[in-house]
Amino acid sequence: MKKLCLIVNPIAGMGGRVGLKGTNGADIVAKSLELGAKPVSPVRAVEALRVLKKSGAEFELITYPAEMGELEAAEAGLKARVIGNIASGKTTADDTKRAAKEMLELGVDIILVAGGDGTMSDVIEAIGTRAPILGVPTGVKLHSAAFANTPEVAGQVAARFLSEGLPLQEAEVMDIDEDAYRENRLVAKLRGYAIVPYEPVMMQTTKEGSTGFELADQKAIARWTIELMERGRVYILGPGTTTRAVAEELGIYDSTLLGVDLIYDFKLFARDANERQILEAIDGKPATIIVSPIGRQGFIFGRGNQQLSPAVIRKVGKKNILVLATPHKLSLTQTLKVDTGDPELDDELRGYIPIITSYLQTHMVKII
Amino acid sequence: MTYRQARWTREGCLEPLVFELSRAGRKGTSLPPKVLARIKIPDKLIRRSLELPELSEPEVVRHYTRLSQMNYGVDLVFYPIGSCTMKYNPKICDELANAEEAACIHPYQAEETVQGALELMYRLERYLAEIAGVSRVCLQPSAGAHGELLGMLLVRAYHRSRGETRTQVIVPDSAHGTNFASAAMAGFNVVVIPSNNRGRVDLEALKSAVSEKTAALMLTNPNTLGLFEDEILEIAGMVHEVGGLLYYDGANMNGILGKSRPGDMGFDITHFNLHKTFSTPHGGGGPGAGPVGVVRKLEDFLPVPIIEYDRKRYYLDYDRPNSIGKIRSFYGNFGVLVKAYTYILMMGASGLEEVAETAVVNANYVMRKMADVSGFEVEFDGPCKHEVVFSAEPLKRETGVTARDVAKRLLDYGMHAPTYYFPPIVPEALMVEPTETETKEELDRFIAAMREIAEEARLNPEKLRAAPTATAIGRLDEVKASREPILSWKMYRKLAKE
Repeated sequence: MKKLCLIVNPIAGMGGRVGLKGTNGADIVAKSLELGAKPVSPVRAVEALRVLKKSGAEFELITYPAEMGELEAAEAGLKARVIGNIASGKTTADDTKRAAKEMLELGVDIILVAGGDGTMSDVIEAIGTRAPILGVPTGVKLHSAAFANTPEVAGQVAARFLSEGLPLQEAEVMDIDEDAYRENRLVAKLRGYAIVPYEPVMMQTTKEGSTGFELADQKAIARWTIELMERGRVYILGPGTTTRAVAEELGIYDSTLLGVDLIYDFKLFARDANERQILEAIDGKPATIIVSPIGRQGFIFGRGNQQLSPAVIRKVGKKNILVLATPHKLSLTQTLKVDTGDPELDDELRGYIPIITSYLQTHMVKII
Repeated sequence: MTYRQARWTREGCLEPLVFELSRAGRKGTSLPPKVLARIKIPDKLIRRSLELPELSEPEVVRHYTRLSQMNYGVDLVFYPIGSCTMKYNPKICDELANAEEAACIHPYQAEETVQGALELMYRLERYLAEIAGVSRVCLQPSAGAHGELLGMLLVRAYHRSRGETRTQVIVPDSAHGTNFASAAMAGFNVVVIPSNNRGRVDLEALKSAVSEKTAALMLTNPNTLGLFEDEILEIAGMVHEVGGLLYYDGANMNGILGKSRPGDMGFDITHFNLHKTFSTPHGGGGPGAGPVGVVRKLEDFLPVPIIEYDRKRYYLDYDRPNSIGKIRSFYGNFGVLVKAYTYILMMGASGLEEVAETAVVNANYVMRKMADVSGFEVEFDGPCKHEVVFSAEPLKRETGVTARDVAKRLLDYGMHAPTYYFPPIVPEALMVEPTETETKEELDRFIAAMREIAEEARLNPEKLRAAPTATAIGRLDEVKASREPILSWKMYRKLAKE
């Protein structure tokens, strides 16, 4: 029988309603409680579990004690094997990390993580991509693509994963610097990637030139992108798996997943470049920015790729921006967003732009 | 009405393949040895081993009858598969196509001996041109997608003749899936534009997509949501203004016969699915026919030969210097052309118009009646044309049961499933095209089945996830089926060895 593990971050989401923009750190938890915040994560975790129970999928449920999963499982009417120890009422990020590690050692098939971006970052810090994860969105910040759209959807996808098996894909895990955010500055960091199941909901997408399989689609996109490349031009490759596929198609296997790489004459020219290095490299040379929407909200600039600053984008020019996205990714976002930090530039970038979605295929998508 | 599909098994397995039934030396024919002895076949043309199954005639008849009993067809059940126009095909069309005069002629026969066949094709071309509002029609393509490819090759030839290189073909996201592939096959890049919140082409997106690179826009009207593109004249204007052409995907012609014509809407190229609209049983790979009609400025590029009449005789005209050449061997799937010709003559102009009217009324009847079936919704307001797309999203939210489960469960009610998960812009899509050949009772039976299925989803969702159970085989692994299909005996044997 398949093993499904559950980690609930009981305090996730508490900071939201009381305007604290997140709940990372013990002092913020205390402050949230002071402001009268009530736990929201357990309730939403139970919603996902109820859907899972109703589906009739067979699995062994393993979870952490008390509010980290045991109570939620009981509430949803599911029997669970409880492992580990916590100080109930005083759980921290360390408990999440320890839970993920212990579950990995048990040979888990999938871990349901109920929390927000912070929780997800903790989990991948502990186990990386060694086990599939599925995020139940219960936190304040939900920029990571590793989350299902709603707790119900998380339950449904988990059910299908357990009963029918689903393909896996990499999904970004993002987190935002909460201290900066509280001062109204938004600094999103790409923490890494999780392996998540994905449901090819629409088999018929095959008709549209999409294979319905993320990796094959990425390869098709990469092929065409390379055909569009020319010598004597600097290609600024933003973070992400879709852009990484372009590097790999060029035979470059040491590109950075989370950073910005520069390619010149089909070779890696600079790795993990910062804003200054990018500006130097494109000085006096034509350049193209190649980016893919990051996270669930479809940001192409300003989330996880701040190296691509307003100065870089202006110098390259709007005409020389290539956006890549698989049909699946596009179906999740619908519209794209920009937040370069320069409102005037954001305005210039808005409107319909072509996105490469497959070999020989572009979609007109609106940047709002 | 209860339904239970036949399930023929032998030693616990489903009906064996015809190759597995083969026994050495069995045969269903006896050729006269004296005649055979007289025929001298050159040695190098004789194949020494021919891997064909060896069976007696009754074995063959029973085998295929049993297979047909484990299948769905429009002669057996309601078949509301949207975008495919699975309507009843009058038997008279088959009868005439199978008549000796039609079935036993050979494409290499001298023109004088096939004047009747040429006349039929010549007249059919005129009828189709009138129906679509175009000037000439090529009857050759063997299928809709083949017609699309021809259309795209004509687009290329047209721009090339003007010394232009145009690389992009614009396709709305509600388009037929084959459009994307056809454009790419003809060497174009595909630019997909989104639909607006009315389920129609988003003019703002179209405006951002058209340019001097635009070779053509491919569109079907009514679109795959069953909605009429009411801004079609603006759309045509925008594309023509930049020098592009308009291509009409004729898959949905059943909804407009005699009511509106692609040529009048501004389309330059139109294809027909004779097997959908003009009465040829289809599905399973043909034979079909996808004739392509063009406006006057594109006539010269049509494939050779075209059929001409000099007031004395009909003949095949190959003397067309600007033609793109051949699109297939010979002149098209003649049997399908005979069926279409028969159908058009039988219906007449007013009959064809009534086809569109009844098809549209039937779809709207289903849409209105389904409004009180909780669990399904229609995303876009207003009347539809010949088909309607329901979303099972509310049912999924409430019960976890998906559009796929509903579609599979319908099979247990003795009805074919609608097209599901298409068009991809509607979540949990169920695309229903009842067609004009269904009675009110049949439509009511479908609606009642949908209502019962929604109830089952609430009371016993497990039953739906297990569906179909009344069919010869249960639910297939669709991913495996589409990614690892075993298409021939050769492939099957090779896999068995491995």
